[in-house]
Amino acid sequence: MNTPENKQSEKVNRRDAIKTLFTLAAAYTATGCKRDADALRSFFQTNFREMSPEQLASTVERWERRYEKRFDREVKVSTTPPQEDVLFGYALDVSRCIGCRRCVYACVEENNQSRDPQIHWIQVLEMDKAKGIDLMHADAYYDAEEVPQEDKFYFPVQCQQCENPPCVKSCPVGATWKEPDGIVVIDYDWCVGCRCCVTACPYGARHFNWTKPSLPVNQLNPDTEYLGNRPRPQGVVEKCTFCLQRARKGRYPACVEVCPVGARKFGNLLDPKGEIRYILENHRIYILKEELNTQPKFFYYFSI
Amino acid sequence: MRTIFRIIFNGSPAYFIWVIFLLACIIQGLLAYAGQFTEGLIVTHMRDSVSWGFYIGNFTFLVGVAASAVMLVIPAYVYNWKPIKEVVIFGELLAVSAIIMCLLFVLVDMGHPERLWHMIPFIGRLNFPSSLLAWDALVLNAYLAVNTFVVVYLLWSAYKGEHYNTRIVIPLVILSIPLAVGIHTVTAFLYNGMASRPYWNSAILAPRFLASALCSGPAVLLILFQVLRRITSFEIKDDAIHKVAELMAYAMGFNLFLFGAEIFKEYYSNTHHVVHYEYLFFGLHGEPSPIAWYAWTSLVFSVVAFLLFVVPATRRNFFTMNLGAVMIYFSVYIEKGIALIIPGYTPDTLGQIYAYTPSITEIRVAAGIFGIGFLIFTLLVRIGIFLLFEKDNLVREDSALENKVGVVRPGEDQL
Repeated sequence: MNTPENKQSEKVNRRDAIKTLFTLAAAYTATGCKRDADALRSFFQTNFREMSPEQLASTVERWERRYEKRFDREVKVSTTPPQEDVLFGYALDVSRCIGCRRCVYACVEENNQSRDPQIHWIQVLEMDKAKGIDLMHADAYYDAEEVPQEDKFYFPVQCQQCENPPCVKSCPVGATWKEPDGIVVIDYDWCVGCRCCVTACPYGARHFNWTKPSLPVNQLNPDTEYLGNRPRPQGVVEKCTFCLQRARKGRYPACVEVCPVGARKFGNLLDPKGEIRYILENHRIYILKEELNTQPKFFYYFSI
Repeated sequence: MRTIFRIIFNGSPAYFIWVIFLLACIIQGLLAYAGQFTEGLIVTHMRDSVSWGFYIGNFTFLVGVAASAVMLVIPAYVYNWKPIKEVVIFGELLAVSAIIMCLLFVLVDMGHPERLWHMIPFIGRLNFPSSLLAWDALVLNAYLAVNTFVVVYLLWSAYKGEHYNTRIVIPLVILSIPLAVGIHTVTAFLYNGMASRPYWNSAILAPRFLASALCSGPAVLLILFQVLRRITSFEIKDDAIHKVAELMAYAMGFNLFLFGAEIFKEYYSNTHHVVHYEYLFFGLHGEPSPIAWYAWTSLVFSVVAFLLFVVPATRRNFFTMNLGAVMIYFSVYIEKGIALIIPGYTPDTLGQIYAYTPSITEIRVAAGIFGIGFLIFTLLVRIGIFLLFEKDNLVREDSALENKVGVVRPGEDQL
């Protein structure tokens, strides 16, 4: 019988056979070179979405082991699945934001971004009140000690978690995808570092590890998520995940929690009584680059 | 096989100097790449704002060379050049070398080249058909495979002293024509499809790619043919060379027209998107652009070369024609290597300006890749010439080998 299932399993078998050959060849080389067996297994690791539960469990265990070796402390790597009937949405009150960049640094600490060179998932732009939301005259390098300036307003940009994400479409290896709860994630062990997604993203939300990220041991957040804030290697792309390690456990993202003026709101778009829905229904909304049809789940609004 | 080795390891001092020069390029490139591989792409000047640069620019230019070298097969049929296989084979040799360089440029641009297997269908997870880079990987490899097969088959037949089977060669050569259009179109679409970058998101990008490629590829072959007919028994009539030049004049005219159409649209409508052209030719916020000098050179070269090629008197004069060919080559190299990529990223999607110019490492690695490409091309052309034109002479006067094969002059076969 040549049912689709059979074909599928045939395909998988062939794939497994090829992989076994590869692994054997590599194992042979490894015994010669005395290389770290875990490093080798990581090299032949499959795409996150193709792992069986057993493979996933051993992969997670291996990564925990590798991180513990590197940081000399316990590191938890979870694979919390998306919750049913949840679609995360974010709203940002442009009229309240004072441009203090506390969100930027809370994000860096929570999500284990590289400290040197610095990687920021949130970029706050300073704009002229006279010009309105005008990226061509925006300044990302203003002095956050001197805010807010009288004639300026502040416009933070991070991943907009598009419904129609151009980055996902452009990835040649399927290393990035949109989860059922709407969060666009990256498999750091599958990314080949071609930076198509960095180019495709209209929001500058994707960041490449141009060198080995530096993450001092005492600054590590050991509570990590596989598709989120676990330490990244050199040469892969990373991005905001709405702090999925927090969001999927019912907590606010770090940027929402730290904002001193309450400009950041977060919640489930499918909950009719939720705060996000209230904002969408009662405030005027601005969608950044709405003409590109990316359909962000990140909404700018103006409360005052 | 022994004869092949004799061809490669025998030659004039100039040939050896050329080969040693190329090997030196390759070795220093490897050293530079080793540094990049361990330190990461931070040793380049690419950053999040300008995340593709010199490597991908060179890749794009070479896709054009590879594509158009084979598209020259069309006039070869139309104008009825007698030794069709010879003409085809040099186009294909150039295509093979250029494609190898293309693939190397993509490889050195990757953050994790050792994960290349993720792109192999069935073993990895190729995101086909939605990713244009996946398309590009497929068509480039298909093009490389077809051309390599044709080259090897033609040379093998010549080696055996048999006539090649036209029922195998002709369909493959014809197939390589749409594939050539395909590699260039898909590469254009790679940029074209990015709605985030208005500078590339223009429907005439692919036609512009084809028009400029139909200038740069033949420019290489034009000079190569003159070199070959002087130093070998390979016969090409002046008339045929002038016909190619005429074709290039039309292509350059069309290329300039398309460029003008783009400039009109940007400057007349004067939207925010004009900033990319402003950056290319002038600069933004009072800061002069580091690439403006290149952009103007490229434009002036294209216009002058177009005039030289469109006027019959200068087209038929070998000095002005060769001058025009060199100008076209550099004009298109700048257009694809610098003027296409960098302004697309400057200003970036959030309006910020990062003034990118390649780092020393990028230039060294690129020199290494060109070294590999030229070396492959030099060796292939030597073997090709020997098998096609000199083998019979060799049988008669074996002792003449030394003089006969030391004829590919260094420096000349690169253009």
